[in-house]
Amino acid sequence: MSHPERLGSSGGETVGTIAESPHMNGTSGESLADFAARNGLKQSAARPPLRKYVQDLWQRRTFIWNFATAKTAATYSGSRLGQLWQILTPLLNAGVYYLIFGLLLGQKKGIDNYTAFLITGVFVFTFTQRSLTAGAKSVGNNLSLIRALHFPRASLPFAHVIMELQQLLISMAVLMVIVLATGEPLTWSWLLLVPALLLQLVFNIGISLAIARTGAFVRDIQQLLPFITRTWLYLSGVFFLIPEKVASLDENGYGWVGKILEINPGAVFIELVRGALMASYDKDLAGVHGVTSQPTLWLYALVWAVVAFAGGFWYFYRAEERYGRG
Amino acid sequence: MAVAKAVKEKEQAPVAAAQPAVVIDPAREPIVVVDGLHIIYRVYSGGGNKGTAATALLRIIKRENRPQMKEVHAVKGVSFVAYRGDAIGVVGTNGSGKSTLLKAIAGLLPPARGGVFTDGQPSLLGVNAALMKDLTGSRNITLGCLAMGMSQEETRAKYDEVVKFADLKPGFIDYPMSTYSSGMGARLRFAIAAARTHDVMLIDEALATGDAKFKRRSKAKIDELRKDAGAVFLVAHNLDVIEETCNRVIWLDDGRIKMDGDPQQVLRAYTDATGK
Repeated sequence: MSHPERLGSSGGETVGTIAESPHMNGTSGESLADFAARNGLKQSAARPPLRKYVQDLWQRRTFIWNFATAKTAATYSGSRLGQLWQILTPLLNAGVYYLIFGLLLGQKKGIDNYTAFLITGVFVFTFTQRSLTAGAKSVGNNLSLIRALHFPRASLPFAHVIMELQQLLISMAVLMVIVLATGEPLTWSWLLLVPALLLQLVFNIGISLAIARTGAFVRDIQQLLPFITRTWLYLSGVFFLIPEKVASLDENGYGWVGKILEINPGAVFIELVRGALMASYDKDLAGVHGVTSQPTLWLYALVWAVVAFAGGFWYFYRAEERYGRG
Repeated sequence: MAVAKAVKEKEQAPVAAAQPAVVIDPAREPIVVVDGLHIIYRVYSGGGNKGTAATALLRIIKRENRPQMKEVHAVKGVSFVAYRGDAIGVVGTNGSGKSTLLKAIAGLLPPARGGVFTDGQPSLLGVNAALMKDLTGSRNITLGCLAMGMSQEETRAKYDEVVKFADLKPGFIDYPMSTYSSGMGARLRFAIAAARTHDVMLIDEALATGDAKFKRRSKAKIDELRKDAGAVFLVAHNLDVIEETCNRVIWLDDGRIKMDGDPQQVLRAYTDATGK
């Protein structure tokens, strides 16, 4: 925070004399720091070892779940419709996108069930987008809690992603109704929804942890984040068929852009959910050249989840003792 | 006024050059050791600059720091040892570094030089707002206890005790904490934090807004914490509270320890110096 070499410059204060003050124990010549170490005292608010940290965090799982539930209830408590908004918000979102991209811009070509295609994309991406946004604020918005009580700070990004998970489960129930209503059959492949969303959850926790550390120290990120997530949304094939785009990019010699679109985690999770829920989607893809196969998509999803979680957790943990300072 | 100043100068003569030497009591077990601690923090005072987007851009181009950034040397070489069972009052005029010292002990401010060593994680109760202000008092109790690492059963067992200790007006436990008066908020926060035994508890004016009844009960709670072999630090402008509660008082003046010792002695000197 402050540079030691600037010590002397603060308001003309001379500190030299104080610095030399005898913080020594007169009797044995032992310094106070040595005395503290001999009595087993530790530097205040030092970061615990990783193993202990993980144990502490696991021990806080009831806190994480209860915190998320209470916060969700509190979010809607001020509005007249209350928790009905948990269902209305995704529905209205889907309605707006359908109006613009489905009806006005007419993106429907090549997709049999565009409504289900679009709404699946919107709902799945919203989970990642909102996790990221909530994660960025998770430390800054809970400073008085952080300062008063001691707990592993990673509980907060975790809790905020769990809040979004609770929202997602409601959205998924709405989505299933919509998908059935638009004429898709109920098949065994629907069960794939569970592992797909679990992998996405792990991925989201990872990126939330990373953005939580950044957001805790650089508040500017909160201003920037809406632009980042919106760009990501447009790149993730929510409105258009990615393989089609990839094919046309390949023809024009921009194969690497196509590759990025293909392995983009936003798109990977959306494609997995679409594959699980929409029988008609397989037929849509059958006509397109160069479609990423399902096993490859699962591999991408797994790698993304593991990398994001391990990296995000490590990155957040490294600054554990610094959250709440200032 | 002039007299007070004279007294102050007289007081300052022997102690200002070097703070009282730390004498270690080998018979007692230390719990907090503060070793030659210097705290310097930066503040951004708003004035001077116009604060428009253009000036902000110019500043970034010139690679300057944020405008009006001043370094405040709030704690200037403080050393002391606190032992298990101590309740230490910290007194001093506004801006003498009391709150900064407490924050540093809690590990919320990094030392510029020196260090703070503690056994266990200190818990800091400040004056500001609620724990989670959008949630009800009852949720705050549950979540606060869980966050401190208590199990669900322990939390449930302690719940009634916390409610009783906070002694809110009937019904308020189900209102969001943002609707509480400052006194009620402080009481509930203290009650939650006191639900678990802490090794080191730092109380920064958090009891100041409570009424007489609550002060009595919080004193009893602090005594209990001391008996459990923790240490309590108490910052308060109300010297009576400190005199009743603490067994030791540290007087901070301009970031240095001016006196450290028996409450009556230190408080008398402090009262004389500040001309109260």
